[in-house]
Amino acid sequence: MRKLSYLKNVATLTVDEARCTGCGACLEVCPHEVLRMNGRRVQIQDKDACMECGACSRNCPAGAISVQVGVGCAAAVINGMLGRSGAGCCCSIDPDNPSSQGPRCC
Amino acid sequence: MTEQDSTGKKVNMQGVFPMAPVSSCSPESPHPEMMPARLDQPFAEGFMESPSGRIPRVSPSLRTEDRIGTIKARIGVGRMVYTVDPGLYALGEPDRNSPVLVTANYKMSFDSLRGALLGRSAWILVLDTKGINVWCAAGKGTFGTEELVLRIAAVGLKNIVEHKDIILPQLGAPGVAAHLVKKLSGFRVHYGPIRAHDLPAYLDAGMKATRQMRTKTFSLKERAVLIPIELVGTLRTAAIIIPIMFLVSGFLGSKDFVPNLLKDGVFTAAAVLSAVFAGAVLTPLLLPYLPGRAFSVKGFSAGFFTALLLLFLRGIDMGSLHGVLGGSAWVLMMSAVSAYLAMNFTGASTYTSLSGVKKEMRWALPVQIGAGISGICLWLLSGFFA
Repeated sequence: MRKLSYLKNVATLTVDEARCTGCGACLEVCPHEVLRMNGRRVQIQDKDACMECGACSRNCPAGAISVQVGVGCAAAVINGMLGRSGAGCCCSIDPDNPSSQGPRCC
Repeated sequence: MTEQDSTGKKVNMQGVFPMAPVSSCSPESPHPEMMPARLDQPFAEGFMESPSGRIPRVSPSLRTEDRIGTIKARIGVGRMVYTVDPGLYALGEPDRNSPVLVTANYKMSFDSLRGALLGRSAWILVLDTKGINVWCAAGKGTFGTEELVLRIAAVGLKNIVEHKDIILPQLGAPGVAAHLVKKLSGFRVHYGPIRAHDLPAYLDAGMKATRQMRTKTFSLKERAVLIPIELVGTLRTAAIIIPIMFLVSGFLGSKDFVPNLLKDGVFTAAAVLSAVFAGAVLTPLLLPYLPGRAFSVKGFSAGFFTALLLLFLRGIDMGSLHGVLGGSAWVLMMSAVSAYLAMNFTGASTYTSLSGVKKEMRWALPVQIGAGISGICLWLLSGFFA
């Protein structure tokens, strides 16, 4: 199967190589092999594959990675624009009022 | 979900220590959210005695009820109550050296975990994610550092196992800072494979995951299982729109109301359903092969060619103004609907970023609305040239 890739040059991922200690925690958690080890520092090898899940930055003990975390879900964005918080994506279910949303994705 | 800056340091640790000693001598009952998992849940098969009290036992073999539950959740029936109690479970006959596997309290997550471990024993630690799967809950932070640290303390995990290792699904990583869990609980987080299916190989390799285990795919099968839930939601909307358009088409044809309904009305219903099919079924299935990167573009082409095929099958008369207007109307409307539905499939996909979705929507949504409205106008206009 062809590798699926989304829009180019939009991901907000950045690595501060000066702060990177080379522990490799980020490499382990990235689901799309966005990062690679270059010597003793991590660098971005495939920025367009980044889905901005934030696993790498969350698990970086050195705080060397930053990314604007979000879920790439158009339904959730539309509901946000309409001022609704419940409906749309699974990822925006209001746990306190789950009945307020229709079944979606996962 | 709103954007949030996550630099890995901003985990909200407020309340971790005040809440942790749930087994204190306070006369009140423990925090209700930290109660042990109930023994009488329908999928539990007896219990095990442990230093932390009785722990429900579960089997790796899923029963018919479990499988029916998964199917119902996939098509969106009764999904919202599809939970298991948070807390600790014994899978098989675990002992003090057995691995500890962490998951969400969405029953499908729980079932796919235990179902992958046929013939093995393990402890399963279920976090309270409000019935949401691991990936989505990690994004929200409910499958998170704080809940994990509290749950480890609440079930007295250090009294259950001798080791200090816990295995989390890799897709839980957006919510959990492994280094903070170590600091706060003493337990070391190991990120296991993305798919529960790979767990036996991961465990046998001494908690080592291959590259393939760490990479999220979006295979035909993975896309196909997402279709029913999208389709059911969309068909609910279609069930309102189709009767309206059906009746309107009675006024647009060249004959009387009822013959028009039989001819154009039936076609209208078929066209709306075909557009839904193009956007919610064809697009997910053909995703890697449709042109473009933006989902709207993929969906637009699926809708466009479906519309052409449908018009060809109907044998539309492109020599008359009525036929040209009607034909163009359906091409526009069907492409717009399909593009919109495809765009909404970004939420179910495994590789779209929020930045990308926002960028796509900035141009795609106006185009979809424009195409849809022009299509409706042309369609209504065609009635005057019947």
